[in-house]
Amino acid sequence: MTDTTAQSSVMPSEKRQSQSVGNKKPSAAMMARHMRARRRAERRFRWMGIVAVSGALGFLLFLLISIFSGGWSAFLATEIRLDIHLETKKDGMPDYRRAIREALMTKFPDIQSRKDIMSVSKLVSKAAPRELALRVADDPDLIGQTQSFWLPASSVVDIFTKGGFTQGDLKGDHLLSEHQRAWLATLSADEDMRLVFNSRFLTSGDSREPELAGIWGAIVGSFFTIMVTLLLSFPIGVTAAIYLEELAPRNRFTDLIEININNLAAVPSIVFGLLGLAIFLNFMDLPRSAPLVGGMVLALMTLPTIIIATRASLKAVPPSIREAAFGMGASPLQVVGHHVLPLAMPGILTGTIVGLSQALGETAPLLMIGMVAFIVDIPATPMDPSTVLPVQIFLWADSPERGFIEKVGGATMVLLMFLVVMNSLAIYLRKKFERRW
Amino acid sequence: MGSALLVLAVLVVAVFAYRRGIHRVRRSSATGRPHSLLSYYGYYAALCCIIPSLGVFLVWTLCEPFLIEYLILTDLGADHRHASDGLQSMMLDQIRDIAAGVVPVASADPALVAAAAHYNFLETIGSAGLIAVALAATAIGFGQAMKAMQPNFRARNRVEMVLRFGLLISSSMAILTTIGIVLSLIFESIRFFNLIPLGDFLFGLHWSPQIALRGDQVASGGSFGAIPLFTGTLLITMIAMLVATPIALMSAIYMSQYASARLRSVVKPALEILAGVPTVVYGFFAALTVAPLLREAGVSLGLDVASESALAAGLVMGIMIIPFISSLSDDVITAVPRALRDGSYALGATPSETMRMVIFPAALPGIVGAFLLAVSRAIGETMIVVMAAGLAANLTANPLEAVTTVTVQIVTLLVGDQEFDSAKTLAAFALGMVLFLVTLSLNAAALKIIQRYREKYD
Amino acid sequence: MYGLENQVTATVSASDGPGHPAKFLCSGVDVYYSGKQALFSVDLDIQPHDVTALIGPSGCGKSTFLRCLNRMNDVIDGCTVSGRILLDGIDIYGPEIDVVHLRRQVGMVFQKPNPFPKSIYDNVAYGPRIHGLTSSKSDLDDIVVTSLQRAGLFGEVKDRLDSPGTSLSGGQQQRLCIARAIAVNPEVILMDEPCSALDPIATAKVEELLDELRRNYSIVIVTHSMQQAARVSQRTAFFHLGQLIEVGDTETIFTSPRDERTQGYITGRFG
Repeated sequence: MTDTTAQSSVMPSEKRQSQSVGNKKPSAAMMARHMRARRRAERRFRWMGIVAVSGALGFLLFLLISIFSGGWSAFLATEIRLDIHLETKKDGMPDYRRAIREALMTKFPDIQSRKDIMSVSKLVSKAAPRELALRVADDPDLIGQTQSFWLPASSVVDIFTKGGFTQGDLKGDHLLSEHQRAWLATLSADEDMRLVFNSRFLTSGDSREPELAGIWGAIVGSFFTIMVTLLLSFPIGVTAAIYLEELAPRNRFTDLIEININNLAAVPSIVFGLLGLAIFLNFMDLPRSAPLVGGMVLALMTLPTIIIATRASLKAVPPSIREAAFGMGASPLQVVGHHVLPLAMPGILTGTIVGLSQALGETAPLLMIGMVAFIVDIPATPMDPSTVLPVQIFLWADSPERGFIEKVGGATMVLLMFLVVMNSLAIYLRKKFERRW
Repeated sequence: MGSALLVLAVLVVAVFAYRRGIHRVRRSSATGRPHSLLSYYGYYAALCCIIPSLGVFLVWTLCEPFLIEYLILTDLGADHRHASDGLQSMMLDQIRDIAAGVVPVASADPALVAAAAHYNFLETIGSAGLIAVALAATAIGFGQAMKAMQPNFRARNRVEMVLRFGLLISSSMAILTTIGIVLSLIFESIRFFNLIPLGDFLFGLHWSPQIALRGDQVASGGSFGAIPLFTGTLLITMIAMLVATPIALMSAIYMSQYASARLRSVVKPALEILAGVPTVVYGFFAALTVAPLLREAGVSLGLDVASESALAAGLVMGIMIIPFISSLSDDVITAVPRALRDGSYALGATPSETMRMVIFPAALPGIVGAFLLAVSRAIGETMIVVMAAGLAANLTANPLEAVTTVTVQIVTLLVGDQEFDSAKTLAAFALGMVLFLVTLSLNAAALKIIQRYREKYD
Repeated sequence: MYGLENQVTATVSASDGPGHPAKFLCSGVDVYYSGKQALFSVDLDIQPHDVTALIGPSGCGKSTFLRCLNRMNDVIDGCTVSGRILLDGIDIYGPEIDVVHLRRQVGMVFQKPNPFPKSIYDNVAYGPRIHGLTSSKSDLDDIVVTSLQRAGLFGEVKDRLDSPGTSLSGGQQQRLCIARAIAVNPEVILMDEPCSALDPIATAKVEELLDELRRNYSIVIVTHSMQQAARVSQRTAFFHLGQLIEVGDTETIFTSPRDERTQGYITGRFG
């Protein structure tokens, strides 16, 4: 605080009086007080800024941590090893369900009551029999032998082994009974239980059973959708921007188009969904839930982004280049095609990628056109019913089963990874082709 | 199948025309130079083949369904023709299903089976006719093009004219989209307001579309009062703006005024990441992380926080909007001329005084514009509220209770339901109309303000 | 901190001594913009109640030097200043110096008039307000009126003090900026080519004003026009390529310069 006094005494008060504009001057003490208050205000303001910035960064960190801490376990799956004896039945196929049950009973000889049998069977996934069937289909010689198999554990066991339950969750035995936990302890003591990389999560479609659900179907759906979006919005967007920026006469029609583009960029995405529902589905009778329609709706949404980005990068090409080309006798279209467009291309591509990455994360309009259906099969063409990654996240986040929560996190991580890749590509393009005129 | 063959045929002719065109011009211009580059003659010839058949194809695909419907209905006889519109369209659907083999012939009305056979017949004739006409058009185009292939023909100008026209069509897509939005909203909204009076919708205090599931109950009970949805939307938007505005503004100010280049190079991309996170992720974050946290906090404070409280949704929406406002404000603040800032510093103002008393007032219009854009975005935001806000339309201003919003209702009314005659489904379009109009006017106002601001300092 | 206070009192008494000690004492001033040197060891004194003109060809560093005097260079990224600049015996680049306070003592008028987008009144009142110079509205009114009068603008704007400062003509805007600068009662006013954006009539008014203001303030003016320097200044400093070539009485500089570069510049051979 002493420095402020020092400051005010830099100016001798007498001298100030003589130069004063002619009214009474505040005393040095008052000035010093005033200065202190101003410094405090300055510090306060600065602190508010720091708090705001760290608040925003903190939110981001919190968001990412909460997604990653809940999502990493989706990439791991619990498996249980059972020694299974496969025997054909009368119809030529083994009863896998029964084989698994018997294997469990051999493993735990003390189990006798029906109730216990039911309860021990619940440790293994409902899909285990099908899994077994698939392995037999690969290798028919397995029949008639006793072999040890790693089979997927049920969702509850999966969450339990990954430590997903709190003490409070486990109270009351409705998730896992005392017995079941004891059996699991035995399994794990005998090293008959393991955590492995969950390849199923990345390679299979949706399922009602959390331990079987995967995101491949949604990834393929997203791919088709984005491809349709790209194929529609890129050519239309770029040509529209070329017209508006390079060729269009300044008239009311052009103004109208510009106003429309700017406003469309800010129309809520769900309104585009209503458009898709009313026009593409009801009026044009296109198939529901298809990536084709999803891509069309997203293309309309992405169009303003691409047009605006393209115009910006066309504008960045210096007029001298156009003048030079015109001076050589090139037609306006030749000027654009031969000179301006190639120079603007990196910027256009960057804008397109940014627009597509927005489209990739978009959910609401796709709900409107029926891409929310529960679809197990991997779509083979853009006309097949399918879902996309963000919608898959929405569906799982909405479902009551506990096991889907980590899948939501896992799917989100995959989605964010795609977005990071796309945006890094955009940044790379921007950096690599950055021109200084 | 037929159309694929047609496309192939036309393309083959077009390629042929390209080569012939070039050939002809080259031969006849042995003495002098042709007006345009040779390839332009080729393009012109190819376009002459493609465009007529494309036109035929478009006209046909637009008219065919109506033509066939009309023919089928006249065929079905007088009694059917006078049936109501709804009955007619139902019958047509049945006929189409039978024709496509979806519905087994045995179980259907014989009259309809006959009509279906007729339908298939017409379709076959139609596609055959289309191919014939389109090929004829291509041939005529080809002939015309060959006639024009003279060295003094201005091929480049013609080709460029077509290209220009194509570019114009592309840029009209923006207008077409707007028209599409308006049309799709208007028609269904009008049908909705035929069932429910506009006044009841806009000023009614009670919203429960579930009661009106059956057709005969629609107009009774006044259960389509949208006021609770509007207040719910406003409440959540307000919370979001209260969270976002101070944080976003202060960080924009800090970033533009105080931050070092190094800090900027870290924080700016981080904010961009925050802006790039898909809204569904925010929704999941709100529903599964923030809402339970708030609930626990409420319990420890002795407050009853609903698990789908407006607060959770608004809070997370605010976080989502932070980068939006801050990047817009940052642009606006840096657009304030440096001379003003220097002028203030030269008078001995501190950075904060300069910011508060000179730069901020100068940038205010632009910041207001950014704020309006953010409000419009918050109002139209869907996924966060669908996942984190409630479905029950409570008329309340308590942020700890569950409210619902316009967008949530649009989604719930339309997902899974395909019945396009019930007021319930149509209501979604009426809500969409309100949403569109409100956001449109906010955007228009914001863009106007920002534009005027830019002009001032350019 | 207490040490500084002692030093301050000591220097204050020194500067109040007889024989008009220099207002600014600058020695060995080097300025770098992101590593590139713009000023080379400039030594220059500014006398109180004089108009000192800084002349020289474009890019010679005269504006850079001017901006060192109230540390406006601090605002530019990558700009570093070394050497000593003493204002009334105190190093203005010293660690305890508050630039805010310094700039109150050393005001500045810019090349292009830059009134704030506020009313004429608020433009002038801005400085006194932030520095808390007045406690009452009437005091503030007095300051505004006096400042506008001193800047020779009051007669033209007295009926429309509420209209925006940007609505004035260029010359009026510049005089408004001068009024704004003197409203905080500085000791030195720095002017960076204040007339380069003005027409001849407005220039004449501002030049007249300079002579008026000299009675109360020390003035340092950067100018492109040698005629202007000759008309308004008592002392002139000639800069060339970042170096101070020559400084002296305006008359001497213009009639019998010692350095041939000065000679060349004032006779119009380069610049």
